[in-house]
Amino acid sequence: MSDTILRVENIYKSFDGTGVLRGVSMEIREGEVVVIVGPSGCGKSTLLRCVNGLETIDSGSIFLREEKISGRTKDLHLVRQKIGMVFQSYDLFPHMKVMDNLLLGPTKALGRPRAEAEKEALEMLERVGLREKAYALPRTLSGGQKQRVALVRAMLMRPEILLLDEITAALDPEMVSEVLNVVIDLARSGMTMAIVTHEMRFAEAVADRVLFLEDGVVLEEGRPEEFFHAPKTERAQRFLQSFTYASKREA
Amino acid sequence: MDVAFILAHVPDYLSGAFVTLRFGLYGVGCSLVLGLLCCLLRYFRVPVLRQIAGGYIELARNTPLLVQLFFLYAGLPRVGIRFSAEACAVIGLTFLGGAYMAEAFRSGIESVDKAQVEAGACIGLTRGQNIRYVIFPQALATAVPALFANVIFLIKETSVFSVLAMMDLMNVADTLRTSGGRTTEVLFMLVAAYLLILLPVSVLATLVERRLRYAGFGNQHSV
Amino acid sequence: MQDLGISILFKGVNFQRLMGGLWVTLRLALITIGLSCLFGLLFGMLMLSRRKIAHIFCRIWLEIVRFMPQLVLLYIVYFGFARLFGWDLDGETSAVIVFTFWGTAEMGDLIRGALTSIPRHQTESAAALGLKKSQIYLHVLIPQTMRRLLPQAINLSTRIIKTTALVKMINVTEVLKVGQQIIGQFYRQPDAAFWVYFVIFLLYFLVCWPFSLLARRLEKRWA
Repeated sequence: MSDTILRVENIYKSFDGTGVLRGVSMEIREGEVVVIVGPSGCGKSTLLRCVNGLETIDSGSIFLREEKISGRTKDLHLVRQKIGMVFQSYDLFPHMKVMDNLLLGPTKALGRPRAEAEKEALEMLERVGLREKAYALPRTLSGGQKQRVALVRAMLMRPEILLLDEITAALDPEMVSEVLNVVIDLARSGMTMAIVTHEMRFAEAVADRVLFLEDGVVLEEGRPEEFFHAPKTERAQRFLQSFTYASKREA
Repeated sequence: MDVAFILAHVPDYLSGAFVTLRFGLYGVGCSLVLGLLCCLLRYFRVPVLRQIAGGYIELARNTPLLVQLFFLYAGLPRVGIRFSAEACAVIGLTFLGGAYMAEAFRSGIESVDKAQVEAGACIGLTRGQNIRYVIFPQALATAVPALFANVIFLIKETSVFSVLAMMDLMNVADTLRTSGGRTTEVLFMLVAAYLLILLPVSVLATLVERRLRYAGFGNQHSV
Repeated sequence: MQDLGISILFKGVNFQRLMGGLWVTLRLALITIGLSCLFGLLFGMLMLSRRKIAHIFCRIWLEIVRFMPQLVLLYIVYFGFARLFGWDLDGETSAVIVFTFWGTAEMGDLIRGALTSIPRHQTESAAALGLKKSQIYLHVLIPQTMRRLLPQAINLSTRIIKTTALVKMINVTEVLKVGQQIIGQFYRQPDAAFWVYFVIFLLYFLVCWPFSLLARRLEKRWA
């Protein structure tokens, strides 16, 4: 039996009186990959942002390895050091070389010696196929390369869990797979992850479990092969249908 | 144009230019420090001090330096607060410039993408580290043109130092004009002197801005 | 018991005199702002013209304004023109000439900036909708230009108001000069100077601040 890394208990969050999360609970165990899907505006990104303290929650609680992390205002950075997060807009620091982007967290936030962190960074870059870009400036990289660097940057913090928020949404189609293959590689090596994505085939490939979120509540939860091929709720069926197109030749 | 007159008075203008430049630069230096301080007080929302900084910025930006100097130099001594002319010059220019610099820093910081701030937070940086390593370098790069514009503006403003008992460029020119009557030559040299002071600043500004552009700040977000 | 110095401002017509002095600079500022808007429009259009010579002309004009302290320009017109051309201009006329020369260039540059800031595809998509050229200007270009221009033009106006204080230096009897006269009459009152200059400082603030607030509000609303 593996340990629970993240536990979200009945959280509520509203923006300007509109409920975005309305009683969401979930649990992620060590080494597990949970994919969160749902229509735009269903609250999936907000859910990830709440976990990382980028948004405060109105009620409910969030635990990281049984330590309550919601409602904290002090030393939030200590919590975030254990949670990696990557966004759709990569957000590399444009004024720093790739290596300085990677080492900022390990050396400044964690206080690790630079040489040791740099060695690890090079190994990680090698693993994602970007060893030769280690000392390039971010603006010289393609979107897919930037996003792989962003993944490495998050991983070098040796987080307990990695949150990925639509990390391929801003990419040109041909760059999507180079990024998602890195994620699948991480999943195989046992990284615990919560992933928000619109790439359904990737979701099916990487997920241990799928959460279907709509209107701020978890409508359905299940193994990927169940969810994608035999969704239980009518809403989920309709959602999955929206990814297919009717042919003009069908009657 | 009387070249002999001009050559004879080059040393006067040099010493005047030196006074203008010296107190101008003191003022600019102090303005940068005060401006950064005010900007940070507001950014970190330090209670009370932040309101004071805000009020100060409004006061300084909405009053002429000439009036500020009169108050400092001729008003305050009457209630027992006395500064030398030189001190008034630096205090006055700093009072004015600090507000302008604070606004330049602020707009630099505001130009930094919110996602950058979040990315910094996500790798576990403290707020101070985030400011220092992520936000400030980018804010500074964006603020540089405005900061240089302020430097030029402040050096130009030093011309009103002549109401203080100080032999700055304006006063040198004024003294020569009233004593000799060679108005054309006097004004010609005045223009030349200000050009000699301000052109290098302007060239420096262009060089720094170009370098920053090459360094490739910003614009990584297409989203 | 001795009165506080501030009481002298309410003796006789002192306060009205001070306001009268303030009006001298405000009137100059208003005339300057009006003329600058008018000529600035021409200047801005000239900057956008395809003629190279027009570009160079505007560039030089703009650089002069950017490099020369307004006070130096005032000296050149007030003292220099009499000598060079035999024009004996009074202080107020000189001030209007100089500030309009300055305001025209700055306003023109703002107008140029605002006009060029509108992306080309705005015109193109409007044309694609079948709008006539006049309709494109009326409904698409001018509203967007105004939104960008107005806050900046108001800020420039505030700067013009502040800068007109400089006419004190070319013997125009404005608020500081009136203040000095009042202080002279009440030389027995030791802290008179403090209060008079303090009130002048406040008066300028009260005139300029509303404009600054307005500009900021418009900027925020139209951002």
